Amino acid sequence: MKSIGLRALHSLLLLVGASVLSILLVRLAPGDYFESMRINPQISNRTIAALRSQYGLDKPLPVLYWHWAQSALKGEGGFSFAYNSAAGPILWPRAQNTLLLAGCATLLAWMIALPAGVLAAARRGSWADLLASGTIALLLAIPELVLGLVLLLFAVHTGFPAGGMISAARAEAGFWDKSRDVIRHLFMPAVCLAAGLLPLLLSHVRAAMEEALRSPFILAARGFGISFRRVLLRHALPAALNPIISLFGLSVGLLMSSSLLVEAIFGWPGLGKLMLQAIADRDLFLVIDSTMLGTGFLIAGNFVADILLYLCDPRIRAD
Amino acid sequence: MAFVQSPKLPLVALATVYGIVTMAGFFAPYDYERQNRHTALAPPTRIHFVEPNSRFRLRPFVYRWKLRPGTLHQYEEDHSIAFPLRFFASGRPYKIAALIPSWIHLFGTRPEGNVFLLGTDEYGRDVFSRLLYGGRISLFAGLLAAGISVSLGLAAGVFAGYYGSWIDETIMRAAELFLAVPWLYLLLAVRAFLPLRMDPAGVFLLLIAIAGTIGWARPARLVRGVVLSARNREYVLAAKSFGASDFYILRTHILPQAYSVAMTQARLYIPQYITAEVVLSFFGLGVGEPVPSWGNMLDSLQSLFVLESCWWMYAPAALLVIVLLIFEWFFRAESSRFQAR
Repeated sequence: MKSIGLRALHSLLLLVGASVLSILLVRLAPGDYFESMRINPQISNRTIAALRSQYGLDKPLPVLYWHWAQSALKGEGGFSFAYNSAAGPILWPRAQNTLLLAGCATLLAWMIALPAGVLAAARRGSWADLLASGTIALLLAIPELVLGLVLLLFAVHTGFPAGGMISAARAEAGFWDKSRDVIRHLFMPAVCLAAGLLPLLLSHVRAAMEEALRSPFILAARGFGISFRRVLLRHALPAALNPIISLFGLSVGLLMSSSLLVEAIFGWPGLGKLMLQAIADRDLFLVIDSTMLGTGFLIAGNFVADILLYLCDPRIRAD
Repeated sequence: MAFVQSPKLPLVALATVYGIVTMAGFFAPYDYERQNRHTALAPPTRIHFVEPNSRFRLRPFVYRWKLRPGTLHQYEEDHSIAFPLRFFASGRPYKIAALIPSWIHLFGTRPEGNVFLLGTDEYGRDVFSRLLYGGRISLFAGLLAAGISVSLGLAAGVFAGYYGSWIDETIMRAAELFLAVPWLYLLLAVRAFLPLRMDPAGVFLLLIAIAGTIGWARPARLVRGVVLSARNREYVLAAKSFGASDFYILRTHILPQAYSVAMTQARLYIPQYITAEVVLSFFGLGVGEPVPSWGNMLDSLQSLFVLESCWWMYAPAALLVIVLLIFEWFFRAESSRFQAR
């Protein structure tokens, strides 16, 4: 249990470090939200200076960071200039949408990758193996941007909903009607994300299984007359689980980055879209907050993977 | 299968692609900003050998596009004048690789005619020419940024692994931080507070610098591992006891071991950074109009009409996939050759 506590502490420190890094990078660069007001001749330099001091932008970096950290602990995360409100209430629903999308995509990708990878490793050189290799090679070369555009075209041709999260007509409908509509809208972006993740998962699952199947104890188990299927699922799969679980943590980080793009293409109202808008508006805190949320999801993913490893692997528990 | 497994063929293919985009001015019949407002979103020009009265001509010729009356974006060929294609035709002046001035283009027609190999975009600009000019930005940005990332990572990793103690500790903690932020978020966060509109050359260099710098952590960690295991090998200790300098040991004994790690990282980074430039420009945060990059060309596809009915506007996407496939082929061949040795 002590190791999990240490991991949690480590994750927390990492989060704090990442926040310092992001605020540093963002502040090192010239220009801020009020800079663009200078174009307007009706706003005097003094007004701009007053506004900056009102929002604390003229303070030195440590003070700015301290203010932000305090407000972040309260769940506000600073002030959004463009929305003229605390950043927190704007961020939460967006973060939930991103989580919904990323969660569905993860589920979809693993549901395909796990059985397919095991099958490809079990029957090397078979059509399943060839199909897996082909899929990996093909999807690896197609960036999500291109895949997204092609899926968008497909959606437009078939009349499948592929923009936003809910149809305007259904916004006021009952819960079930609404959920069904959201799921229909979720389908295309989730497929796009999952397809981007699939080659990585598939190739690693297959490699891990192949390595496990080469171990001597598999031969021994077969020698005892245990059926191949049982050996595959009860002996080889648990042995191959370690790298696969670590991969799960890693995949969350990749998913965060690609969902940024997929959300923009399909108009999914998540963090990615918010962040792009915040960048266009030069909305300092909103940019930092969305970066921090993305980072938080990544770190949380790795932490969950660590806990799963702890639960699944007695060797780690013994340490 | 032997030629498929040798890295020579994909290398030649890559050199060809990079060569063509470097000499974009020669291969492109037009420059990237010439607009033809009355032939916006025209489909690719058809190249004919046979006239309407079935007379065969050895020299290929093209017709101009004419807007079908009463429509917005439907074109038909104007059969009244045929424009023969000219090869090595003189046209608008340009510079080869931004250095040597020239005005010879590989092909073209008389100035009144137009040859659009891949149609035109919504301003009536030649997509084929823009594709070549855009490749200059997209392809070189990826290559240079990956180069920066891998060399920075190599330097940091070697430094950390070889000198150890608090240097190692500091560098590795910093690397952990950089790895904790999803890379696209990091890239966007840094890009966010640089001026939105800059001159294209500035943006290009900036993007390369940012993307290259934020990617140092992963190669650094892996290289450090290799260096750590190499540092205390017997032959390194022997060299040390003979009085070899740190630099000598690093160069002859330790860096060669990091080669395959650096190679693997380059394999991951080059496609990732080519894509990153395309994505940033697609978002309007990269290289801006009128200078083309594959990303801001794909931006047109966000309009429903273009997405649905202008297949030639997908050309940058198609070329991107092809280039990424060739890169993958090259690295696969290269790594199998390395393993065989």
